[in-house]
Amino acid sequence: MNGLKIRNARVVDPSQDLDCVRDVFVRDGVFADSAPDSAVEIDAGGLALVPGFVDMHAHLREPGQTSKECVATATAAAAAGGFTSVMAMPNTVPAADSPATVRLINDIIAESAKVRVYQSGCITEGRRGEKLAPIGSLAKLGVKAITDDGSCVQSAELMRNAMVYAKMFGLFVMDHCQEATLTRAGQMHEGEWSVRLGLGGWPAAAEDIIVSRDVILAHYAKCHIHLQHISSALSVDIIRGAKKRGTSVSAEATPHHLSLSDECLAGYDTNYKMCPPLRSRQDVEALIGGVADGTIEVIATDHAPHTDTEKDMAFDAAPFGITGFETAFSVCHGALVRSGRISLMKLVELMSTNPARILGVDAGTLRAGSPADFALVDESAEWVYDSTRSRSSNSPWFGKTLRGKVVRTFVGGKSVFGD
Amino acid sequence: MAAKEFSGGFSWARKDLTCTEDLSLREVDEIFSLADIFKAEVKKDRTKLPYLSGKTVVNLFFEPSTRTRTAFEMAAHKLGADVISFSSSISSSVKGETLKDTARNIEALMADMIIVRHSSSGAAKYLADRVGIPVINAGDGAHAHPTQALLDAFTMRERLGPDFKGRKVTILGDILFSRVARSNIHLLNKLGAKVTLAGPSTLVPPEFEKMGVEVSCDLAKAVSDADVVMLLRIQHERQSSAHFPSISEYANIFGLDRRRAHLLKPGAIIMHPGPINRGVELDSFLADSGRSVILNQVTNGVAVRMAVMKLCMGATLGRLAK
Repeated sequence: MNGLKIRNARVVDPSQDLDCVRDVFVRDGVFADSAPDSAVEIDAGGLALVPGFVDMHAHLREPGQTSKECVATATAAAAAGGFTSVMAMPNTVPAADSPATVRLINDIIAESAKVRVYQSGCITEGRRGEKLAPIGSLAKLGVKAITDDGSCVQSAELMRNAMVYAKMFGLFVMDHCQEATLTRAGQMHEGEWSVRLGLGGWPAAAEDIIVSRDVILAHYAKCHIHLQHISSALSVDIIRGAKKRGTSVSAEATPHHLSLSDECLAGYDTNYKMCPPLRSRQDVEALIGGVADGTIEVIATDHAPHTDTEKDMAFDAAPFGITGFETAFSVCHGALVRSGRISLMKLVELMSTNPARILGVDAGTLRAGSPADFALVDESAEWVYDSTRSRSSNSPWFGKTLRGKVVRTFVGGKSVFGD
Repeated sequence: MAAKEFSGGFSWARKDLTCTEDLSLREVDEIFSLADIFKAEVKKDRTKLPYLSGKTVVNLFFEPSTRTRTAFEMAAHKLGADVISFSSSISSSVKGETLKDTARNIEALMADMIIVRHSSSGAAKYLADRVGIPVINAGDGAHAHPTQALLDAFTMRERLGPDFKGRKVTILGDILFSRVARSNIHLLNKLGAKVTLAGPSTLVPPEFEKMGVEVSCDLAKAVSDADVVMLLRIQHERQSSAHFPSISEYANIFGLDRRRAHLLKPGAIIMHPGPINRGVELDSFLADSGRSVILNQVTNGVAVRMAVMKLCMGATLGRLAK
């Protein structure tokens, strides 16, 4: 009988309202109340033991863009960041809009994933925003949600029908909120810095408009809507109001939108170019407020690998996005926990408990009987982020010193990172 | 005084000129003093000055340009350099070569200096950081056009005197998309002038105030106490992106024409980086009047660019000598 006995860790599990030093036991890949006699003992004194992080928003790039990343390298990086479950976005090449492609992706995941991977399906064929994808067939193949991430469905009618139709199969829509006419020339947040730098502005209003539309549609259709990578202060307010009204809405924020602002673009470094763009300091502050008061329930990475060649371009020509798995915990711990805005318990709720609940998967908990997916983290360790398991290193933190580190990661009781 | 004796105990250390924002007053002064000398010498006997003889300057223009490219070519010729021009239609960008590869190839061809124009803001700095030879920005996106701002200030100095303190400069037109406006704002602020931006509200967002300028949509107010009125070209393509209704409405409301000539105070000068849309932002009546220094700007553009090229090339040679 396989087993683990992890001793002396500070155990933090929001799903059981647990924050104390105690031993954790694993038996046959699941958490247990005691360990088998043959259990391997791990002394985790000085470390925190948390449910493995669950990332609702990641780009694994396989199939089709394996020069940027593949499932094997992405999930190795996820493991190094303490993530034991990730949801893959459907903007692969081809897009995950057909049963054939989802089957292929399921096979790749089964062969090479080092952590649990959930697949999302497209809302529309080819993510073109014109015609619904075969959502029911995708649901049968196991997709957990639908999204046209990166290409927001512009038609309100189509979006409403997607919500209503997907609900029939137990799926919900995750939306990348971007009104397209306002962002045609967008390179960065529209504001003081876009004006200074002469870069095309990407107004917060483009997000706010679609956030408003989506919560209104979800309200009338009585459907759940999940709003991806919220970045604007007004959007936080709109979501807060919708929740107060009882609309079934959840929202995520990324580590970078919680920690960086638009002035970072001053040197035209394309590793600060992402979508949605880094916003103003006031937006960052409002976003942190939204995280602290529960308006935003999820931290998701939007891990978006691009090759050095693609990023090493004139600013307008470089693609949007940065990698995120390996730095998410450190960055959020610094911006939210060490800064005194939220507790470690709350951070774990945002990174593990809530995303697992929203996705409806048995994860994000240390409860006996649940899969033994967990991470050991050192809250005070300093480390230099100078190597990556990802195939790409397009991160503004690459080469920088960070504090707070994931030390070990286990999926189903098996070590997937650190020894 | 011959240019080779000119130094003033100041050592120019800048390899590149990518923007006016980080230029020191001392550096601006150095450029102006050298441009004074070059302008006088070139005017006197129209011969070449040999400071860049044996050097090859490459014009790397990813955006169409006639006047800026020609002005740089002229400046390089006057300094005795050979000039090779790449324009976007024949460059390899259409074949998918990256900006970095194009630049490094030019460097490997043993060119001595790159003059670059590119549609992306930040492109000149991007190049400058990646090649060892001097890079002069001839316009990057809506970010910067430093030699234009320098020749503009040089022209103001010539006409209004060397003290910019308290001088009022109004820049009028499509500010949002203008690299000329941004480079002028930085340089004129540095020199102590007071800058007002004016134009349709869609093209002059209030965020510009954070750069230390005044923003106004009232043309009469903006030009009436200005020592300098600088018009920017209204670009027809902005119409299609819904920033203002029509060229004729622009001309009616913001055009500097005969009806508004009386608003200008005595001695005020009119500038324009060119090319002018006659009858749109500026009437011929004013463009060809005694107030207009538009052709002086063109002439000064050669001298100022000669100064910038010599100084930046000198910095590189100094570096090699060490």
